[in-house]
Amino acid sequence: MAKITYIEHDGTAHEVDVPDGLTVMEGAIRNMVPGIDADCGGACACATCHVYVDPAWSSKTGERSSMEDSMLDFASEVEDTSRLSCQIRVTADLDGLIVRMPEQQG
Amino acid sequence: MEAFHKTPRQSLQPGHGAKPDFRPCFENEQAMNGSEPMGVAAGVIIVGAGQAGLSAAMELRKRGFADPITLIGDEAHPPYQRPPLSKSYLSGETPRDRLWLKPDAFYQSADITLQLGRRVVALDRAGSSVVLDDGGRLQFDHLILAAGGSARRPPLPGADQPSIPVLRTMEDADQLAARLQGAESLIILGAGYIGLEVAASARKRGLSVTVLEASERPLARTASTVLSSWFGGLHRGRGVDLRVNTPAVRIIVEKSASGVELADGEIVTADRVMLATGLKPNTELAEAAGLACDDGVLVDAQARTEDERIFAVGDLSRLPLKRYGRRVRLESVQNAIDQARVAAAAICGAPVEYDPVPWFWSDQYEIKLQIAGLTHGATQIVRRGDPEMGRFALFHLAEDGRLLACEAIDSAPEYMAAQRMIAKGVKPDAERLRDPAVAMRDFLS
Repeated sequence: MAKITYIEHDGTAHEVDVPDGLTVMEGAIRNMVPGIDADCGGACACATCHVYVDPAWSSKTGERSSMEDSMLDFASEVEDTSRLSCQIRVTADLDGLIVRMPEQQG
Repeated sequence: MEAFHKTPRQSLQPGHGAKPDFRPCFENEQAMNGSEPMGVAAGVIIVGAGQAGLSAAMELRKRGFADPITLIGDEAHPPYQRPPLSKSYLSGETPRDRLWLKPDAFYQSADITLQLGRRVVALDRAGSSVVLDDGGRLQFDHLILAAGGSARRPPLPGADQPSIPVLRTMEDADQLAARLQGAESLIILGAGYIGLEVAASARKRGLSVTVLEASERPLARTASTVLSSWFGGLHRGRGVDLRVNTPAVRIIVEKSASGVELADGEIVTADRVMLATGLKPNTELAEAAGLACDDGVLVDAQARTEDERIFAVGDLSRLPLKRYGRRVRLESVQNAIDQARVAAAAICGAPVEYDPVPWFWSDQYEIKLQIAGLTHGATQIVRRGDPEMGRFALFHLAEDGRLLACEAIDSAPEYMAAQRMIAKGVKPDAERLRDPAVAMRDFLS
């Protein structure tokens, strides 16, 4: 279980508990956090679950896979901290994680 | 009227990122000044509680639609993801509770009424109502047909036996998985996406797999010949006995074994047989109500049928694609989501023209196929990358040089760039496109 804070583009924060094994994307969907579309349901096929990982957490969330990297390369508003939230698996190590959402997905 | 493309998505979301709020999004005087006209609004009835139906409901609320929304589904489950059914759900990697598109609490918080395990048996256009299988009648101001399709059983002797599984619903997947328990061999009728994805999942489980395809190639309906041939090679390389030009004439099921009789009299046997012979759009309700249908309910670019109060979205809808100058039926998550949102926009009095770049994906073994656009009408195919290495993209160009489609095998940059190039009408230089040293980004500047 990890407490994850999702911050919408307008600054609204949602702090929710996400069980181990789910993805950061699923944590948002299950808790009705707006701003993550996840059209493909987590298949790394659509780039509509884009988040910015708080820099303090980037070492714990790991590296982008090459597929994810390529998908993000063409998403909008991409930054160094950008990740596809369907590709970050939740573990107890991520307790306290903060992610921010871009203004738009896709 | 604004044009609607896949990107940027925000063009369709005035309230993007906001919690559902229930203010009317349109300048409806009666709603704004609070005077009730006559009686209570009947609201929107959505027939079909899949990805498209849910997407329509969500978009209505996102736009501030304040009247009742009822989502009616004939399955017992709330809306769930279908794509994993033939992949990670079938192979057991993804449990059921990860398939739900929304948590149960969502429906209450968004004030969306779910009627599950209910079938709509009649559409009464004159009475602006639908009749349910329990005899109940529900009134509507607007109706959205989003009932998808049913797995098609081919008209062959033996094919209608319930013990011969198909794959469309979660129950189908459960039944198929149960039947594969303890089986060592499987015959799959049909080499479309479902057939090939099940073949890959079954190979992963160690079954020996035979795929029988009546036409001359796998993925014949949707993929280019080059891609078909590559997928044929992929599956044969993984030990699948893939036979094309092999129509079945009869399905045989006996106590201990099953088989398929071929046109030349040969009988292929296996422990199990399954059917993956396409989808039949659920148009019966629309047809019986006199709405024009032609392998799908005919709609305009706002997803509207010939009855201005009735919309048809997702797998059962046949829609015009201006970009490709043709009417198509799109069986994809992308269309389910995006076309449903277009219908919702029209209902909210803010019509948009649906002009998508269709996109699609398939996972087979460890390979990811991604397709942007439609290949119809292409006169030139440019290949980038090496099929032998399992990483390449096929770009389909129109006679005037415009990019129409991209079929990408483990080539996300090509796929992502192609989505945007197609939307922008880019005419890439074929020689540069072929050259992996030229970055895909360069085609978009």
